[in-house]
Amino acid sequence: MEFGPYLMLAMLEGAVLAAVLALMASGLSLTFGVMRVVNVAHGEFYMLGAVMAWFVAHLVGGGAAIAFIAAAVIAPLAVGAMAAAADMTILKRIDYDPERTIVATIGLLYVIQQVTLMTYGADARPVEPPFNSRIALPWFEWGEEGLALYYPWGLSTTSYKLFVIAAAAVLILAVRLFMTRTKAGLIMRATQLDSEMATAFGIPVERVYAAVFGIGAGLAALAGVLIVPVQQAHYLMGGDALLLSFIVVIIGGLGSMAGTIVAAILIGMSDGIISVFFSPTLAKILATLLVALVLVFRPQGLFGSRPR
Amino acid sequence: MTKSIDRPQSASRRSALKTLGAAGAAATLPLWARYTNAQTAEPIRIGFQKHVTGIGAAYGRWYDRTSQAAVAKINAEGGINGRMIELVTEDDGTDPKRGAEVLEKFANQSNCDVAFGTLFSHVVIGSAPRAGELKLPYFVVSEGHHVASGMLNRWTLQPGITDVKSQVQAMAPFVSNNLGKKVTMIFPDFAFGHDHRDYFSKAIEAQGGQVLEMIAIPPTETSFTKYFPKIPRDTEVIYHVMVGPAVLTFVKEMGEFFGPSRPEIFGFIDSLEAVDLSSPGLDFLEGTYFWEGMPRYLQPDAADYVKSYRDAVGVDENGASTEDAKDVSTAAHMFGCWETLHIIKAGMEASGYSGPGDRQALVEAVEAMTDMPAGIEHPQGAKVFNGKTHQVFGSQYISQVEGGKLIVKHTASIEDTLYPDEVDYTTQSF
Repeated sequence: MEFGPYLMLAMLEGAVLAAVLALMASGLSLTFGVMRVVNVAHGEFYMLGAVMAWFVAHLVGGGAAIAFIAAAVIAPLAVGAMAAAADMTILKRIDYDPERTIVATIGLLYVIQQVTLMTYGADARPVEPPFNSRIALPWFEWGEEGLALYYPWGLSTTSYKLFVIAAAAVLILAVRLFMTRTKAGLIMRATQLDSEMATAFGIPVERVYAAVFGIGAGLAALAGVLIVPVQQAHYLMGGDALLLSFIVVIIGGLGSMAGTIVAAILIGMSDGIISVFFSPTLAKILATLLVALVLVFRPQGLFGSRPR
Repeated sequence: MTKSIDRPQSASRRSALKTLGAAGAAATLPLWARYTNAQTAEPIRIGFQKHVTGIGAAYGRWYDRTSQAAVAKINAEGGINGRMIELVTEDDGTDPKRGAEVLEKFANQSNCDVAFGTLFSHVVIGSAPRAGELKLPYFVVSEGHHVASGMLNRWTLQPGITDVKSQVQAMAPFVSNNLGKKVTMIFPDFAFGHDHRDYFSKAIEAQGGQVLEMIAIPPTETSFTKYFPKIPRDTEVIYHVMVGPAVLTFVKEMGEFFGPSRPEIFGFIDSLEAVDLSSPGLDFLEGTYFWEGMPRYLQPDAADYVKSYRDAVGVDENGASTEDAKDVSTAAHMFGCWETLHIIKAGMEASGYSGPGDRQALVEAVEAMTDMPAGIEHPQGAKVFNGKTHQVFGSQYISQVEGGKLIVKHTASIEDTLYPDEVDYTTQSF
């Protein structure tokens, strides 16, 4: 394939990854920002979103579009509720102590993974996309008659992949508006800035924490629902996604929403482009190297603020 | 002073240990007493190394069903030398390290007579050295060329399924004569895929063809479009073989990549094993060809023993479970479990196998086997076993997708699949 169309294809693939990653990592970033909890089970909420999407789509029936919409509504809500319950029953009991929450969420990771294995099984199962048509993309070249358009072999995407990119952008914008423009968002930001003072002002911090943990998990689940028609739901799919989310959140700056999104685009696009032109392993190597460099030279992340 | 305190303590500890030891021996009494009078009533225990979890799970599920069906059949017919077979199943997680541990468990904890049933080549390669050390006959159902290449040892045999080298050798003439000479190969990046890479490229060159590009994909990959731009523009045939949980995504994205202007496509059914051919996004496969170890769809001219085998395992005419039409089998591979269990039976009967002391005689009895006629014991077709290389040879099927079903178009004969020996395991010591 020629360089131009090749690069364009790489960027399209990268954009899909970046979109899903941004959505998932913003959930991780939100829980860390507000609660100071490093949620190691975040990848499993992503996987649960995909698996539940399969269950819901399977139960609802009635056409791919209806099944998908039902899955996109029910799966994140169910996963969010489950996460909120986990927050109240586990994380609250250990007082959100940083070390103990890490261990607790690792435990949660294994519990969710094994329960999924025992109920859903070890197979990868597909969910039908609500719509999916191949869109061939044109490319231009300087021919004898000047600029001419043509359709190179393989330069294509699908309508569903474009939808994933658009949906992730809209959802992230919605989260941003929710945090900056609503009362609930204000309360969350107040809790983030100083939870003791927030308590003094009558904010039910514990309930805020449960809600934030639920929303964070719900965002991961949404990312899972969006990706499942492209990939397939599998009980081990959370591992890689968690690693990439951590990379994104560390590069962007823990707790910084804007940094997370910029880093997701950076990592997603570079992963797409490097894996197309060189190898997927090199893409992972470079991403991890970037994390190391960020940790050494700018430990607060690209957009993070230094701890006060 | 301390001594006088110590002494009574250690004395009481010693007597306590004695009592415990006696109690322990008494508790196990029924276990060893059982062996003294009724050895023939002891079942023959076959350790089944099953891919319950990990990337091989779909295969594991069907290997299990096929093996259970074969065991039920053999037991109903009187077992082996009058003894029933008991399948001892352990999950290896499709992981080589765990695989070796599972063999250890079979030999030392669950007292298995033999080990059996591994598919994924990296697990076989990781486990076989342990089988050699434990002197445990290890019957793999793996397809990899590692048995016949001489990489493994005298205790590892593959009598129930053919190997990749012979399969691709039989496919190359068909590909170059009917589909095209310029081939791009896409394969998983581990031992099994490397067998395809090494032997198909040689075989197609021997036919006057040429491999333009080799694209290796990690078996745990979940997104594939990024690999396809490496396919050269002048490719006439895509040769694909993929494994792992994301095979459906792989084939679907290949279709999306090519759109309406695809080259000829020849795949190993591994790329769609356990996947419904009518899944959305697979329409572009219409007219393409697949290698099949054994036809997934019941062919119109199928022999009666093929039907009996399919009924026993519980697959319908589309190759799916009779209980769930969405649960598609791994038909091109799982017959190997059925045939291997029948070979273990034949080998144990030929050697008069009575217990782990006869393991060496069992291996020698299997090595002495040659012709295996088609029938209910070998439903995939007639086979020839090579005792020197521990590898079986048999027919191969090429099917075309017609109306969303696989119809056999060409059957490669056993002769097409033979190649010179690369090892003589019978010269190795036990």
